[in-house]
Amino acid sequence: MALIKFTSKGIYCAQGDFYIDPWKPVNYAVTTHGHSDHVKWGNKAYLCHDLTKSILNHRLGPDLNIQTLPYHKQITINGVKLSLFPAGHVIGSAQVRLEYKGEVCVISGDYKVEYDGISIPFEPVKCHTFVSESTFGLPIYKWQPQHQIFDQIKNWVSGNKDKNKTSVLMAYSLGKAQRLIKGLDGYADIYVHSSIANLNEGFVHAGVNLPETIRITPETKKEELQKGIVIVPPALSDGKWIKTLTNPATAVCSGWMQVRAGRRWQSADAGFALSDHADWPGLLSAIKATEAEKVFITHGFTATFSKYLNEIGIESEEVKTQYENEEEEEEKS
Amino acid sequence: MKRFAELIQQLETSNKTNDKIAALVDYFNEADDLDKPYVIAMFTGKRPKRPVSTALIKLWAIELSEIPEWLFTESYHNVGDLSETISLILPPPVQVSDRKLHEWIKDLALLNGQEDSHKKTIIVNAWNSLETRERFIFNKLISGNFRIGVSNKMLVNALAKQSGTESSKIMHSIMGKWEAAGITYNDLIAGVHVNTDNSWPYPFCLAYALEAEPSGLGEPSEWQAEWKWDGIRGQIIKRNGELFIWSRGEELVTDQFPELHFLASELPDGTVLDGEILSIKDGKVQAFSILQQRLNRKTINKAQLNDAPIGFYTYDLLEYNGRDLREEPLANRRKLLEQTISQLADQGIVALSPVVTFSNWAELAELREGSRAINSEGIMLKKLDSLYHSGRKRGDWWKWKINPYTVDTVMIYAQKGSGRRANFYTDYTFAVRDGNQLITVAKAYSGLTDAEIKEVDRFVKKNAVEKFGPVRTVKPELVFEIAFEGIAESKRHRAGLALRFPRIARWRKDKKADEINTLDDLRQLLQSIL
Repeated sequence: MALIKFTSKGIYCAQGDFYIDPWKPVNYAVTTHGHSDHVKWGNKAYLCHDLTKSILNHRLGPDLNIQTLPYHKQITINGVKLSLFPAGHVIGSAQVRLEYKGEVCVISGDYKVEYDGISIPFEPVKCHTFVSESTFGLPIYKWQPQHQIFDQIKNWVSGNKDKNKTSVLMAYSLGKAQRLIKGLDGYADIYVHSSIANLNEGFVHAGVNLPETIRITPETKKEELQKGIVIVPPALSDGKWIKTLTNPATAVCSGWMQVRAGRRWQSADAGFALSDHADWPGLLSAIKATEAEKVFITHGFTATFSKYLNEIGIESEEVKTQYENEEEEEEKS
Repeated sequence: MKRFAELIQQLETSNKTNDKIAALVDYFNEADDLDKPYVIAMFTGKRPKRPVSTALIKLWAIELSEIPEWLFTESYHNVGDLSETISLILPPPVQVSDRKLHEWIKDLALLNGQEDSHKKTIIVNAWNSLETRERFIFNKLISGNFRIGVSNKMLVNALAKQSGTESSKIMHSIMGKWEAAGITYNDLIAGVHVNTDNSWPYPFCLAYALEAEPSGLGEPSEWQAEWKWDGIRGQIIKRNGELFIWSRGEELVTDQFPELHFLASELPDGTVLDGEILSIKDGKVQAFSILQQRLNRKTINKAQLNDAPIGFYTYDLLEYNGRDLREEPLANRRKLLEQTISQLADQGIVALSPVVTFSNWAELAELREGSRAINSEGIMLKKLDSLYHSGRKRGDWWKWKINPYTVDTVMIYAQKGSGRRANFYTDYTFAVRDGNQLITVAKAYSGLTDAEIKEVDRFVKKNAVEKFGPVRTVKPELVFEIAFEGIAESKRHRAGLALRFPRIARWRKDKKADEINTLDDLRQLLQSIL
């Protein structure tokens, strides 16, 4: 009997009687990471990595039944051995490894293989069955090394300074924002929107070593923002707030910026293809490293990617889930 | 090449005209002098001969990236642009090249007539020495098709600013006949080549759409009204015994319309007419769908000449006895135009576009209602004292179009957009009811706001039948009002008719799929205008 089933509530492990990242309320939800399409409100109990707890509390409320686990430590639930491995997607993101009677299954959630400077890097885990995302599962998505992208961002910021423009980076508040803060540390003062500042406080409290940033308040002076770098969640991109800044120049940081069409679709002044998801070579290398006999492909270019895997001799099947792409839709928080 | 790639990126990432002009000015200040004429040629649509076919380019890209063809096609559907798909899909470069833009262009020109194997070596080598952004440019150089949202007018404004030259002079200069390989940037800007060129056209004067009632325009006696024709805007030039016909797209189309060649002997030298190329049969203007049979053909047969005879309705005179008339008021130009046309032996093929006489705006509004009966799109209003401007200038020329036809349809297919909307389902196919069936009548993509597009996109993603390729069949649920300008019989479409210029007028969230129009409704409309 297979270790996991894809049900209308989410990925279910019958032997252990728990779900992984369910999208409907269940009794026990194992949570890979804190993005809103992977963690929903209303579960009776949550299990997640130590660093994801503060995110759940921040997003879903303080009175949750949350059990936490460090990477690599094994526990047993109804006879199923469970452990978490770094997924490299955002701080605290984890792959869930399940083992039952010698059968191993890994549910990777969202992941990337390049070290982003702030999340524990992705670690391949050998298994029989692997569940992989495919957000950027097309061969046109090949990321540049991140130091090159940061050089481009810095160039852009310095060009904005020359023209007395305020540099505004739009980045998802969990993950991308911290990555930018780390990558741009020391280049200029970094001002962050309160939704990002709140998450950062949680991380710092949990012991993550984050560079210092300045929380934007109604009192923050526009001249200060103009001299620094402003980071806001994408939800603000349509809002009026950015227009109140002095000569704002906006940039979107997302894997979709790889394609010109993506850049122009966002009404931003610039786009940087900085992604927290694996690119095409990353997906392929991660999957091969698992040596899995069967790969399930969730959210993204599911049909295309699994067809390709089958063609190169990796048995694969596409699965419909309700995971979205957080690089496309930021929750309105 | 790097500097040009940077320019393209700047042009693409800003949506403000002033930023784009500033980027162009910077470029022309800094770029290599030999590159500049090539860039102007590219932006104004002067295409060199294509040295390698698209099929070969695609084949080599697939080979080099070691992926199956279907996966390349999937990727292409996602990107929406072949040059860009190739630039992204190839493995990273293995060497660096500092070749200049004009050197690459010359390399490509040398490929014409060479063996395919030689072409392949050169192109693969180029791909291997350029990074993604430059590869994209290089691929665009091969295709010669470089559309990146720089209008001629924007380019001219930038060149004028950069060189301190009058913009109309630059427009003349770059619209004339020149080759990037044979002219320097300074000579091109100075226009040293245009005086010896008989063919150069004037920039067309364009009209703004009149959104409100014309009563706001003041005294009717200050205005000249004409029918607005639905054809191809054309400029006919006769200089030094030679005849040239230019279309609005700044294309020389003289050969396409032999019916007009008699003007070479009948028009006096130094004459330039502005007007509309139309299909005219027995003195009647035909629908655009008839004229269309004659457009962009390399050869024309007897049947086409017979079925869709060409005529020219002229409404302005830009040059008279070799003198530029554009600074004269319209009333004077019209007098000289009437004089010029009256000298023609036959005024059936080339005729004056009639002036519509009216004494008050209400009367004109009533006359306008009759536009469709004569295959006109409405009324043009031109101020009698107006000069002939280059391009659009608010206030002097207005087009007052009749309201479009509309039909309520349901969306049945959706396709991901190309260009700027490649990640969203933005191109839709619409159907009307025919008995128990739905039958496709229009494809359209424009007319929705970005927020609406995202909403439809979500609907499509939830309600699509998953399959490969770019098209998704969706539940027939969303009702859209489609506006269109005309309707014609069509054997190519299953509906037996085709709509002209269909676009989304609005999303009818208030209507259900069973409330849409029927094919019979459209057939009746077709009958009523035949």
